[in-house]
Amino acid sequence: MQISGAQMVIEALIAEGVDTVFGYPGGAIMNVYDEIYKQDKFHHILNRHEQAAVHAAEGYAKASGKVGVAMITSGPGFTNAVTGLADAYMDSVPLVVISGQVPMSLIGTDAFQEIDAVGISRSCTKHNYLVTDAADLPRVLKEAFYIAASGRPGPVHVDIPKDVTAQIAEFNYDIEINLETYKPHVKGNPRQIKKVIEAIANAKRPVFYLGGGIINANAAYEVRDLVHKTGIPAVETFMARGVLSYDDALLVGMLGMHGSYAANMAVSETDLIIALGARFDDRVTGKLSEFAKNAGVIHVDIDPASISKLVNTDYPIVGDVKNVVLDMLAQIDKIDAEKYESWRETINNFNELHPLAYHEDSDRLKPQWVIQRVGEILGDDANISTDVGQHQMWTAQFYPFSRPRQFISSGGLGTMGFGFPAALGVKAASPDKVSINFTGDGSILMNCQELMTAVEKKLPVINIILNNNFLGMVRQWQTLFYDKRHSETDLSVQPDFVKLSEAFGGIGYRVKTKEEFDAALKDAVEKGVVTFIEVIVERFENVLPMVPAGGSLFNMMLLEKKESK
Amino acid sequence: MGENARRVISVIVVNEASVLSRVTDLFSGRGYNITSLTVAPIPDSKYSRLTIATSGSVRVIEQITKQLHKLIPVLRVYEHEDMVEKEMALVKFPISENLSDINALCEAYNGKIVNVSESVVITMVADEPKRVDNYLNAIKRYNPKEIVRSGAVALER
Repeated sequence: MQISGAQMVIEALIAEGVDTVFGYPGGAIMNVYDEIYKQDKFHHILNRHEQAAVHAAEGYAKASGKVGVAMITSGPGFTNAVTGLADAYMDSVPLVVISGQVPMSLIGTDAFQEIDAVGISRSCTKHNYLVTDAADLPRVLKEAFYIAASGRPGPVHVDIPKDVTAQIAEFNYDIEINLETYKPHVKGNPRQIKKVIEAIANAKRPVFYLGGGIINANAAYEVRDLVHKTGIPAVETFMARGVLSYDDALLVGMLGMHGSYAANMAVSETDLIIALGARFDDRVTGKLSEFAKNAGVIHVDIDPASISKLVNTDYPIVGDVKNVVLDMLAQIDKIDAEKYESWRETINNFNELHPLAYHEDSDRLKPQWVIQRVGEILGDDANISTDVGQHQMWTAQFYPFSRPRQFISSGGLGTMGFGFPAALGVKAASPDKVSINFTGDGSILMNCQELMTAVEKKLPVINIILNNNFLGMVRQWQTLFYDKRHSETDLSVQPDFVKLSEAFGGIGYRVKTKEEFDAALKDAVEKGVVTFIEVIVERFENVLPMVPAGGSLFNMMLLEKKESK
Repeated sequence: MGENARRVISVIVVNEASVLSRVTDLFSGRGYNITSLTVAPIPDSKYSRLTIATSGSVRVIEQITKQLHKLIPVLRVYEHEDMVEKEMALVKFPISENLSDINALCEAYNGKIVNVSESVVITMVADEPKRVDNYLNAIKRYNPKEIVRSGAVALER
C-alpha cells in the first residue's frame, strides 16, 4: 500500500492497538495531525503543554501496562517534552514519543523551530530515531514499540522531518522485527536459580526487597505467592507500592530515606537480601558501605547493568522477574516457612517499637490524616497519583495500597508537575476507578493548565492539594540541615485555588476540618468533574522517619514518642 | 587490576548514523574516561569496530561494558585480556636532522621514513602504546616539528 509518511504513523498506531494518544500540534507535525483529524480509530487528548502530554502518556502506560504514546512538534514542542522523556527513562516507563522535525532540506540551517532533537533525547531515552526516508517508517515504528515494551522498558523517541511525513512510500506493517543487536535476556539461568533456592533455605534472616520491576513485569501476584509460600518478610521500594497489599502480614513496609523503622532495620539486620526488580537506588540504600552489611545478596533483574552496579551481588540472575519467580515457585518445597518464625517476630517487634505514625497535635489538619482518610473512604476504588515532595512521601507511607498499578508517581527523576497530567492518563486508561492526585501547593502550579484538558476531555481527576504554604520538602531540609534558613520556600503568596479550578470549569473546595474534608471528597466523587480540594494543613510537619542523605539506614530520625495516632 | 588501571575495550556496532555519539555520550554522561578512540567499518559487513582505551576500577570497567551492551546498536563488547595492541604515530622532522639516526630509531619501532620533501621528512611507527611513548621520548632531540598519534587498535590473541 502506497501512502504518506503521516498516514503510516496513523496506520502503525492503529496496528499497535493504540486507543489514546496525548499530544499538542505544531508546524512540523501538522501532516500527522491532518491524518489524526481524518481517522476515528483512536482518541487524541490535547494536553495544554507538551510536558504534560508526556506525563499523561506515562500515567496511561503505568496504569494500563500498555505503551503510552505522545505526539509533539519540533523545537520548543520537543524541548518541553524532554522532562517527560527523562522521567519515563528513570522509571522505566514504556513510551513512544513522536516529534515533528523541520524538513530534511532545512536540517542544520538553524531553521525556525529547529533543534537537534535526537541529540538531546539520546541521553534520556532507551533509544531514538531520526527518520530520513518514509520507506523506513514502518520498520522504525514497529521497532520503537517493541523496544519500548520489551526488556527493561523505557521511552523511545521517533523524530520525523516534515517532508518525510509528506513523502509517499510502500507501507507494510506485517514485518518481522529483526534486531540482531537487541535480544533481552528473559529466562533466568536454571543452575543459578537452584543455587538461589539453596541460599534462601540456608538463610536465617532473609528478606525480600521488592522493586518497581515487579510491576513492569506484571509479576506482582506471582511475587505475592512466593512471599506467602516462603514466609519470608518483604520490604517494598517506593516504586513497588502495591506489589503486596497493605494488610499483608509479611509486608514490613517501605524502606529507604523515608521508609519505616521496621523495614530499614529488617534490611540492616538481614543475612540474605532477595532483590526482585529493584536497583539499589541511593534513596533506598543510604550509605552503601553500611547497607545490608552482613547480608548475602540475590539480585534478579532484567537489566544486567543494574546488577552489581552499586552493591556486590553474590547470586546474580538476569531475567524477567516473572519467569524467575515462577521457576523459584517450582522448587518452593525446598524452603521451610516455619524456619523464619523468630525472624518474623523480631521484625514485628521493630514495628511495635516504632510504628509508622504521626501526632494529632495541631489545630490544623495533619496531611497524613488526609491521606489515610482517603484510603478509608476510597481504598481500592481509587488510583492514586502524586506530585513530588512531602505529600508524595506521606502518600507512599500512609495510603493503603492493595494492588499493583494503583500508585503512580515520579520516583527516579522526582518531577514536580508530574501528578496531575499523569492522573489524566490514569483516568483515561482506567475510567472506572476514581483518579486521585495528591499534590502540594508547590507542585500543583507546575502543570495546573491541565485543568483545561480535564474539563474538555471529561477526565474528572480529584486533586487534593495539601497546602502548607511551603515548598515543604525543601523547607524540611532547610529546617533540619540549614539552621532553619527557609530560603525561597515560603509560598504564602498563592492563588485562590478554588477560583483557579472554577476559572477553567472545574470545581473547588477549601477545607480546614475533617468534616469539611469528608463532605468535599464525597461531593467531588459524586459530581465527576475535575476538582481541586485545597486542604489547609499543619505548616511545619516533617516526613518521618528520615535517613539523612548519605546516612546509614539504621540511623533514622524518628517521630518523638508521645500520644500518637 | 588496581584502581584506574588502563583497559582496552572493543565495541562492535551497527554502522549507522549517530552510533558514535551514542557511545561517546555514554562515557561523558556517566563520567567515564576515554583515553583514545579508533573507529572504522568492518570490511564486508554492516558493522563498525570501535577500539576504546579507557581506565577505571574493576567495577567501573564492568559498568562500562554493561552499559555499552545496553545500547541498542551494539552487537558485542570485548573487554580485552590478552591482546595484540598497536598504535601509530606520524612525526615530521626538519630534513637537516640526522636522517640515518632517525631511520634507525623508526626501524626499532616497526616504522620507517614514509615521505620526504624539500624541507621535512615524515616518519611512521606502529607499535604498542607504551613503546610508542618510548619512541616519542627518544626522538625529542631531533627537533620534531609535528607529532600525530592515532588511537589504539587491538585484537584478542
